[in-house]
Amino acid sequence: MNNTAQSIYTIAYNVQIARQVYRMRLIGDTSYIETPGQFANVNIDGLFLRRPISIADSDGFGLDIIYKTVGEGTTRLSRMKTGDTLDALVGLGSGYDSKTSKRPLLIGGGVGVPPLFGLAKRFVKAGIKPKAILGFQAEEDVILASELRALGCETVVTLDANGKRVTDALPEVMGECDEYFACGPIPMLKAVFYACPLPGQLSLEARMACGLGLCQGCSSSDVRGQRICVNGPVFPKEELAW
Amino acid sequence: MVDLSTHIGSLVLQNPVMPASGTFGFGWEASKLYDINRLGAVVTKGTTRRARAGNQLPRVTDCPAGMLNAVGLENPGAEHVLSTELPFLGTLYGGPIIANVCGFSVDEYAYVAERLSQSPHVAALEINISCPNVEGGGMSFGTDAHIAAEITRAVRKATQKPIFLKLSPNVTDITEIARACEAEGADALTLINTLLGMRFDLQKRRPILANTTGGLSGPAIFPIALRMVYQVYQAVKIPIVGVGGISSARDVIEMMIAGASAVQIGSAALVNPAAVTDILDALPAELEAIRAGSLWELIGASQPPGNRFINHPAKTAVLAGTPVISRFVVRKEI
Ligand SMILES: Cc1cc2nc3c(=O)[nH]c(=O)nc-3n(C[C@H](O)[C@H](O)[C@H](O)COP(=O)(O)OP(=O)(O)OC[C@H]3O[C@@H](n4cnc5c(N)ncnc54)[C@H](O)[C@@H]3O)c2cc1C
Ligand SMILES: Cc1cc2nc3c(=O)[nH]c(=O)nc-3n(C[C@H](O)[C@H](O)[C@H](O)COP(=O)(O)O)c2cc1C
Repeated sequence: MNNTAQSIYTIAYNVQIARQVYRMRLIGDTSYIETPGQFANVNIDGLFLRRPISIADSDGFGLDIIYKTVGEGTTRLSRMKTGDTLDALVGLGSGYDSKTSKRPLLIGGGVGVPPLFGLAKRFVKAGIKPKAILGFQAEEDVILASELRALGCETVVTLDANGKRVTDALPEVMGECDEYFACGPIPMLKAVFYACPLPGQLSLEARMACGLGLCQGCSSSDVRGQRICVNGPVFPKEELAW
Repeated sequence: MVDLSTHIGSLVLQNPVMPASGTFGFGWEASKLYDINRLGAVVTKGTTRRARAGNQLPRVTDCPAGMLNAVGLENPGAEHVLSTELPFLGTLYGGPIIANVCGFSVDEYAYVAERLSQSPHVAALEINISCPNVEGGGMSFGTDAHIAAEITRAVRKATQKPIFLKLSPNVTDITEIARACEAEGADALTLINTLLGMRFDLQKRRPILANTTGGLSGPAIFPIALRMVYQVYQAVKIPIVGVGGISSARDVIEMMIAGASAVQIGSAALVNPAAVTDILDALPAELEAIRAGSLWELIGASQPPGNRFINHPAKTAVLAGTPVISRFVVRKEI
């Protein structure tokens, strides 16, 4: 018995798609991926701990991750080339439950948008066109908006540079929606949590070590002590202690 | 077949590999990742009298060859561990279960030790007097030989089960603490716990960990753990469980040559959940590669002749021609 999801992936491409943001396609085993919102914990040469990155998209051949270079690990990742191999634990955590919503609203901020892209595809496959509100600092940071529109999702982009936040777009967009699905920085999630009365599922982030529920490195008071890596990263709104 | 069996005092293990406390939860988490029944023994998360939520986030960060953690002894408390976690672990794992005990006073150590020994599933207790991530408890006990002795004495009175005192490396002379624990009735010593360390956020000019400091573990501390095991082996007669930075079968062998009767693996299994099973798979070939017929014959093999085997009764007896545990095959020294 060895059902760890660890395996070796081959990089098909690793390209810059926005300011400090890269999209990497990994070819390899995707059989452990169940729901959008799950993540991969990638091993990066020269660093001891793996770095968690959401699975933005996946199919039978591989998966896509979209990440921002914010430190040593993500910078090293951005230098990897087509054909290089990457050791990753894939399909970690529990993702979004897409079965509860018929008229979903996706709310993403910055590099919190990637897992919502996979979720949008899941909805579209089920014949449902989600609406989306995406927030970025400025025009150069926008990712996945055109891809979401190409899927047929009505997508509103707000830019901090224009003094607009995702919550400013809520009133005009949330009208016919029955549930929201959010991912982004904690301050954005908190703002959405307070501003949006709909039921919701929110994906949290934390520095983590194993990503497997072994070390309690990411047990968070935001979710009453639950482990973000295995009990989340996606939590239903009711479980948040905000 | 190469003989991988070993023992820590009266506790017989099918192999020397166990998980380090705090990196294995209460077993069910790891049981989803690999066959935990391959482990020689298991060690549960440090348990206190009452439930503890642990420290604020961030609790973990890293450096090239290791990680810092400041979990802060998050655990569900002794009663829950006794009534729920240990019985459940007993259904998942058939070998010896070692319960890790922590506290903030001598009384609390004795209390938790007494409670957890009530569990029929517990084979031995590991008394953590070395946790660096909590105020006023843990490590502050393990850095003072008098208090270490006092805790050992109190725990010794509180339980009939074997007690392993887990020592802190954050001391000037670890042998002094080791001797103090031995004198008060410790059956074995586990060493080492993590080394106190820090990392800073350049932007914020602040420590990364919410707790300010954390415990360093992983390959970076392996040579320190080896040195301490080697030194303590010469200072006491009780067996030693070696822990700190082990990440390969060769590391296991090296730790045993330094003087450990068994080993624990922590951080390596956090970044590579297959680490323990990979190590167990690799051990026989690595032993053959150094022409060793068994693991136990390597315990303390690096020690000066006068010091060898003093803390390994089976080996001493074997050398004297009277094997205590008969299934240990007598072999000539290489
Ligand atoms: C479940 C999950 C999914 C994630 N998905 C994505 C994603 O799809 N795309 C993406 O770009 N990032 C994602 N992140 C964040 C990503 O893990 C961090 O940006 C990354 O670990 C930083 O590593 P580093 O070595 O470059 O930075 P470091 O040098 O370690 O740190 C640099 C900065 O990043 C912050 N940071 C470090 N680790 C984390 C972390 N685990 N979570 C949040 N912030 C962190 C630090 O506070 C610091 O300000 C996700 C995090 C989690 C927990
Ligand atoms: C996340 C984490 C949690 C830990 N929790 C405990 C604990 O509860 N009790 C304890 O005695 N040691 C604890 N330790 C220390 C380990 O058991 C071990 O002594 C140390 O990590 C060195 O071994 P390693 O380098 O193989 O990780 C913890 C270590 C880590 C990394």
